[in-house]
Amino acid sequence: MSVRVALHSPRGSRSFLERGLLLLVMLIFLEGTVLTLGAASSPDISAQDNTGGGDDQRGIEGRHGHANYTKKAFPVLSLDYRHIHVPFEISLWVLLASLMKLGFHLIPRLSSIVPESCLLIVVGLLVGGLIKLAGEEVPPVLDSNLFFLCLLPPIILDAGYFLPIRPFMENIGTILMFAVVGTLWNAFFVGGLLYAVCQIEGTYLSQVELLPCLLFGSIISAVDPVAVLAVFEEIHINELLHILVFGESLLNDAVTVVLYHLFEEYSDAGEVTPMDVVLGVICFLIVSLGGIAVGTIYGILAAFTSRFTSHTRVIEPLFVFVYSYMAYLSAEMFHLSGIMALIACGAVMRPYVEANISHKSHTTVKYFLKMWSSVSETLIFIFLGVATVAGPHAWNWTFVSVTVILCLVSRVIGVVGLTFIINKFRIVKLTTKDQFIVAYGGLRGAIAFSLGYLLDKDLFPMRTMFLTAIITEIFFTVFVQGMTIKPLVDLLAVKKKQEAKRSINEEIHTQFLDHLLTGIEDICGHYGHHHWKDKLNRFNKKYIKKCLIAGERYKEPQLIAFYHKMEFKQAIELVESGGGVKLPSAMPSQVSMQNIQPKKLPPAVAERALPQFTKGREEEIRKILRSNLQKTRQRLRSYNRHTLVADPFEDGWNDFILKKQRMIELEKKMSNYLTVPAAPPDSPTMCRARLASDPNAFYNIKASSDGVPTIQVDLASPQSPDSVNMLNEFSKRGATDQGLGQREGADRDEDQGLMMKPSSAGIEEKGEEGGGNKNPGLMRCLSDPGPSNEDEEDEPFLP
Amino acid sequence: MGSTNSTLSKIPNVEELVQETGFTPAHIVRLYDRFEALDKEKTGHLRPQDFGAINRLAINPIGDRIIGAFFSPGQETVDFHSFVRILAHFRPADKKRPKDPSMPEPVNSRTSKLKFAFQLYDQDKDGKISRAELLQVLRSMLEMQVTEEQLESIADRTIQEADLDTDDAISFEEFRKSLEKVNIDHKMSIRFLR
Repeated sequence: MSVRVALHSPRGSRSFLERGLLLLVMLIFLEGTVLTLGAASSPDISAQDNTGGGDDQRGIEGRHGHANYTKKAFPVLSLDYRHIHVPFEISLWVLLASLMKLGFHLIPRLSSIVPESCLLIVVGLLVGGLIKLAGEEVPPVLDSNLFFLCLLPPIILDAGYFLPIRPFMENIGTILMFAVVGTLWNAFFVGGLLYAVCQIEGTYLSQVELLPCLLFGSIISAVDPVAVLAVFEEIHINELLHILVFGESLLNDAVTVVLYHLFEEYSDAGEVTPMDVVLGVICFLIVSLGGIAVGTIYGILAAFTSRFTSHTRVIEPLFVFVYSYMAYLSAEMFHLSGIMALIACGAVMRPYVEANISHKSHTTVKYFLKMWSSVSETLIFIFLGVATVAGPHAWNWTFVSVTVILCLVSRVIGVVGLTFIINKFRIVKLTTKDQFIVAYGGLRGAIAFSLGYLLDKDLFPMRTMFLTAIITEIFFTVFVQGMTIKPLVDLLAVKKKQEAKRSINEEIHTQFLDHLLTGIEDICGHYGHHHWKDKLNRFNKKYIKKCLIAGERYKEPQLIAFYHKMEFKQAIELVESGGGVKLPSAMPSQVSMQNIQPKKLPPAVAERALPQFTKGREEEIRKILRSNLQKTRQRLRSYNRHTLVADPFEDGWNDFILKKQRMIELEKKMSNYLTVPAAPPDSPTMCRARLASDPNAFYNIKASSDGVPTIQVDLASPQSPDSVNMLNEFSKRGATDQGLGQREGADRDEDQGLMMKPSSAGIEEKGEEGGGNKNPGLMRCLSDPGPSNEDEEDEPFLP
Repeated sequence: MGSTNSTLSKIPNVEELVQETGFTPAHIVRLYDRFEALDKEKTGHLRPQDFGAINRLAINPIGDRIIGAFFSPGQETVDFHSFVRILAHFRPADKKRPKDPSMPEPVNSRTSKLKFAFQLYDQDKDGKISRAELLQVLRSMLEMQVTEEQLESIADRTIQEADLDTDDAISFEEFRKSLEKVNIDHKMSIRFLR
């Protein structure tokens, strides 16, 4: 898109570029000056107490001085930066991070060459440099507490919640091998060889003992999820490689935690006995399994809670976030692996929570997670830059260079060696190209730095040297490897991510094949992969889903949910892409109703009406949905932002019988529209504007519209009763009763289109159970038109 | 190894089997043991009831189709050779197979696997998956949880998506094309049968 912009307006792009650069520079200066000011007025956050105390003292003095009060002019305007400086500075940093992100995308050429993470580190360096130039002390921004408790969890939660479970589980063996064995290998190789190097006479490093070296090795050997995410996001490699490297970066947290604590504990004693090693192994098992257990418990709790949230939709996303964060904190409390807890929590709760919460909440969760993780990531990189400028450095050529080289070497050897072993057990083997990418993608990041920062100065006199080496290694991996991985990926022609969406064919056939393979495994008497997966699925369906999913939805098979989602997405896409285009019926991605309709309509009408149907139909559905809200909206005289109107589809959809009359009226009106030419496709706001001036707009239920802003539907475009029939494919009657001529049928069809359970309309059912939960997925789909309506958020709209 | 050899000698035409299917003798022995375990009456042939005795297969939605695939049309029993030949479809594909057009397609290549799956859909063996056949499969997979109309719309949608020559049925080529993004080799292989 940016290229097109450049092509169309070369002059524009140049000024754009200038503007972008100017913006960046200005921002950096601004940040620097304000932060300097902030630093000047209050040295750092920990000194807040002092300043607070100082304030108090001054306050008291002021009061004492009241006795001999000399009249001063009443301060009309005063500056009290100290009062707000902490939140202000935090907001300023966040603002800087976000503006940086904005800025980079204004300069397309830069962001295509240099990955964002590098640019952010540079910005951090600049800001830190500015602060230092101003003579102030750089705030310790990458404080370990801040990092581990505030900055890291959003990123990990985002990763865990949206973790693609299938490829992850399919490759779990490989991932675990890389994470556990690979990290151990890296740690010992780097630590051991570093110690050996340190012992060499000429390096003046002989005071560095074995255990600190091993500790350093364990800190630096862990692949960092933040860095991996940041870089791999931009290169779009295929799913397998992505999940391998990313999964490894997540799961090696347990190993790192154990090794870190082990070596830290025993570097005091100076030696590690075999007993300690055994304890270490046990500790590892406890840390990882315990972390997962904690995460699973919280995940189930969250899923269970979400079962009851149908009346309080506004706070649904909150449950997701709070439970996950608590899982992380609980795990950290016991020194278990917080990252694994977070991943387990997100992965466990997701299928159940998504079945329970409304679509709007789902969108909220998605966007909030993405937003927080994005800001966090940006902040982390900027802080890395600032911390580099700030921290005391002890540069030692030997140590640093040996570290960098050893890390690379050990990573390569580790990956190659492990792949050799792993390939014996894999069906789809890892090629050399894959191995190269896995090895090259092992980036180090802020976690290593924070762990190093945590080290006790007294126990580890060489802490500054370690920190310098860690930073150098991070810089090396992020800059050199991060920048070159994209061209290398292109050069080696590594398979890229497939962007296309899954088709329903794939979905059906994949499920079919799953069943087939399970059956074959049973015939062979082999308890393989499919056998266990099938067992888990059955267990899930039989027991777990019943507990954790609200209402009758747990019975909804995955295929149906998928199908509904697809149909709905397509409907929205069709509308948004503009209904003016005549859609050929042979297009495979058509919503099936498209094909059913034209066949039944007389050709003449079809010719003219077909282009308008899509948009009209969609609007019709929205109109129906909203008209069904009229009843509830009428009750809601005042706008209260804490209540979301109850969803008639999910609660009282029996009321749809009443809509029948409205449908009949609607039909009468719509027959007028058939000959009216279509309006060009608009945004919803335009629709609203047009409708407001359109007297023919179908909105006879205007009673409530006074106090409550209502969403208007664009009915200036021709509609027909058939537009309602989009719902018919979900309805009982199927495709048979469609057609303009069948008014009666259309009536009932529309009716059933709304009423998922036709029992009140007297249609025979086969063994229906429960009220209208035939298409629970659809009901939730339709009742919540989803993200495209976000610009109508200011109105009390049904979730 | 001794027991393997003795078992091997019990199986007629082992060499031919090894050649045809690519299984190692060890695998063939393992499969023979399984065959014998299933063949409760020791007749040397398997009948549908023997397959039906496998409990887990009974609850598999397409269990009866799978059983049916073992029996060639008209035949009542399955002997060991046919048993192994069918199972050979699920061997992981050999990466290093030279592309020799004169040789017949090996039984565990991607095409053969797909063809096997296709035949499971296409019960009347007319080379196409008709709407009715698709409906049957959907019905058995989704059991009692959906209504007829939903099934029909899904079936319509599926055919419409895959059907390129608009004959309202899915031919093998169309089937293959719709699954081009799926890693069939991974999906339709059992590790054990290496």
